[in-house]
Amino acid sequence: MSAVIALLSGLLFGMGLLVSGMNNPEKVRAFLDIAGHWRPELIAVMGSAVTLFALAFYLSRGRQKPWCAGEFHEPMLKQIDARLLGGAALFGSGWGLVGLCPGPALVNLASLDPSVLGFVLALLVGNRLAHALVGPAAR
Amino acid sequence: MLDELLGGALIGLAASLLWLGIGRISGMTGVLSSLFLLSKSGQWSRRSWSFWFLLGLVLAWPLYHLFGAEAPIHITTNSGLLMLAGVLVGFGTYVGNGCTSGHGVCGMGRLSVRSMVATVTFIVAGMITVALMNLLGVQP
Repeated sequence: MSAVIALLSGLLFGMGLLVSGMNNPEKVRAFLDIAGHWRPELIAVMGSAVTLFALAFYLSRGRQKPWCAGEFHEPMLKQIDARLLGGAALFGSGWGLVGLCPGPALVNLASLDPSVLGFVLALLVGNRLAHALVGPAAR
Repeated sequence: MLDELLGGALIGLAASLLWLGIGRISGMTGVLSSLFLLSKSGQWSRRSWSFWFLLGLVLAWPLYHLFGAEAPIHITTNSGLLMLAGVLVGFGTYVGNGCTSGHGVCGMGRLSVRSMVATVTFIVAGMITVALMNLLGVQP
């Protein structure tokens, strides 16, 4: 059952990225182009997604466990440190360069667009580099 | 604007389903590292959800087009830029433990201060990058 839930969730997530146009790098870059031809529409994507999840998260507070699993795996990290800021800044720079973050890049894989495929390969290389050079965050 | 609200609602619904259903955060960074980086042995039952989630995500595109809908992708063909951006995104999301989905959607929804700081940081960094590229005349 948990496999079905995860599959359905991934599918819905992908549909949301496609419907909203968040999968289109040009549109994402236009959202980031605040000093130029700014297109703020993507705020609405974030706004409705965050609002719905906040509601679900609030509802889950009254439950001992999820519907189909033993426990809620809430992220344990709380620290705001150089690692968080540096990582987020590097990610944001890469995001601005091309207009792709991990979710949209993965959704776009099936288009077989060579630029998308190259980006995802480089992303996996960056992932592995960070794993080797920096390692997992301390809990 | 309606597309953006509807798309965002689907994303929120997806994240809610994964959380209420199996108690997992739908963050792409976490999905990728649990599939490609964590130790290979013995933990499959704990991580298999990542595989199914990723499969669903990748199937969205063909299904969307099966229904005759369009989702254009306008992206640079400059391979140097693509490689640099990919490595930065892969490196940065690993080090910062999250991206637009994990920090942006789920973390903000959990009212996590850590995720709010991360989200503001990567959005501002993205805005500065785009502004600098405009200034230097580098167009993707």
